[in-house]
Amino acid sequence: MRLYGAVAVGGFRRYATYGTATAAGVFTNTVFGFILAYTYVALWDERPGLGGYSQGQALAFIWVSQSLLAAAALMGGGFQEEFQERVRTGDIAVDLYRPADLQLWWLAADMGRAAFQLLGRGLVPVLAGALAFPLALPADPVRWLLFVVAVVLGLVVSFAVRFLLGLAAFWLLDGTGINMMAGLVSVFFSGMLLPLTVFPGGFGDVVRMLPWAAMLQVPMDVLLGEGAGAGGAGGALAFQAGWALVLLGAGRLMQAAATRKVVVQGG
Amino acid sequence: MADAVLGREREGPPAAVWEREPRRHRAWEGLRCYGLIAAMWIRSAMTYRMSFLLATVGHAAVTLLDFAAIYIMFTHVDALGGFSLPEIALLYGSSSTSLGLANLLLGNTDRMGTRIRDGSLDGMLVRPVPVLAQVAADRFALRRLGRIAQGCGVLVWAVAALDVDWTAGKVLLVPVMVLAGTAIFAAVMVAGAAFQFAAGDAAEVVNSFTYGGCTMLEYPPTVFAKELLRGVTFVVPLAFVNWLPALYVLGRPDPLGLPGWVAFLSPLVAFAVFVPASLAWRAGLRSYRSTGS
Repeated sequence: MRLYGAVAVGGFRRYATYGTATAAGVFTNTVFGFILAYTYVALWDERPGLGGYSQGQALAFIWVSQSLLAAAALMGGGFQEEFQERVRTGDIAVDLYRPADLQLWWLAADMGRAAFQLLGRGLVPVLAGALAFPLALPADPVRWLLFVVAVVLGLVVSFAVRFLLGLAAFWLLDGTGINMMAGLVSVFFSGMLLPLTVFPGGFGDVVRMLPWAAMLQVPMDVLLGEGAGAGGAGGALAFQAGWALVLLGAGRLMQAAATRKVVVQGG
Repeated sequence: MADAVLGREREGPPAAVWEREPRRHRAWEGLRCYGLIAAMWIRSAMTYRMSFLLATVGHAAVTLLDFAAIYIMFTHVDALGGFSLPEIALLYGSSSTSLGLANLLLGNTDRMGTRIRDGSLDGMLVRPVPVLAQVAADRFALRRLGRIAQGCGVLVWAVAALDVDWTAGKVLLVPVMVLAGTAIFAAVMVAGAAFQFAAGDAAEVVNSFTYGGCTMLEYPPTVFAKELLRGVTFVVPLAFVNWLPALYVLGRPDPLGLPGWVAFLSPLVAFAVFVPASLAWRAGLRSYRSTGS
């Protein structure tokens, strides 16, 4: 356990090194926050209460989701590119050789990274948004605590999906195409482009059951106090935990298949 | 007098020719090399033809999700900022196509920060090829045609669905808008690459002007605050990518009260932003000191 803690701290410190890149990321998230916030104001002016949110809640949705974007690595930029590169070059053999579990090792490193992104890239955009727009954020500390739990579970689900993408490199060798598509799909199905509660009819019902919903939509619903079909905060957290277990399990199976396939070249 | 000047030029040493030749030569050489490098990457992509095809189609299908989000908004409302769905599709299609084209031609300049950090820029400096051509053409990705096809598709649908009284000027303005928009985005990318010499690792700042700008231009200007509109009209002139020409096509007034003829200024604006962008690139390149490791 100490080992994985050290790996997580390493992940945190590694990303903390890139000051300029973090500042640039904060700038970008803030710019996108402003652009989307204006479009949401126009949309909610036209249809107050759309998707079950007031305008203030919709604005809170925008700004908090900009803060979670990098942490949940919804558009890539997590560990899977590096993981795939290690598979391609054969460095993955070193990882398999270590007296540590492959999946837990990368989970710990990714959680360290996410913790840094949450603090380094998350706080400023929410502050900027709160200064420029009236955000309906809850005052209840219990709600915030539940939100933190939901965010952590969302990060685990996000990791579990990206671990599968990383392992795909054992078969595909090149991850560029699959990463790009995964990024765009997760932006759409997580609720980043538009809250999933706004998606119409049966399509909306299906979309809210998918694992991407656990990465952003569910934490936001917990924060904004919306049941959104998941049956309160307890149900929401159970939904996330369920997906986390299923996907981590799938990662285990795929990892076993991948390591049987590994052939280390050269010496 | 004129004869004397001409005579002297003819009699003089070939210095005048020398000074002029390399410049024309350099621009031509840059384009030729860009073409060669791009062709090499295309050949490499074509080695796995099926994979290329899937990547391109996938690219188009997946970038369409952006438009799907707008479409879903319109299942709940009839207008956004006073604009109907075909009107927003005109904005979306033109801005997405322009960014797609600029991305195809110059998109890899966003790796400048990485190149400076890992020193791979040094290798480019010693080759007898203009550095910008190398930076832009390296890893040339033809699969980006997918995004362009998707943007064009939405644009064509918009033009067909719009209820516009098409005059010659309006018909002409649509392709001019897309090409001038491409040039403006391309200039922003060159300026952004130059900025990396100073900032080192700030590719994301450039993204907020390119991808962020593109997202903003997909929505009508009436949605945004006046200060923001002034910023993207007079400071970083993104409004000329599609807003001002599209407002003319749709016969709508500009929220800032600019006269209608500014819609035709986009090509000039594109040129006007390219000059400082290329000067910044040269200044950046001259100031470059390798990381040395």
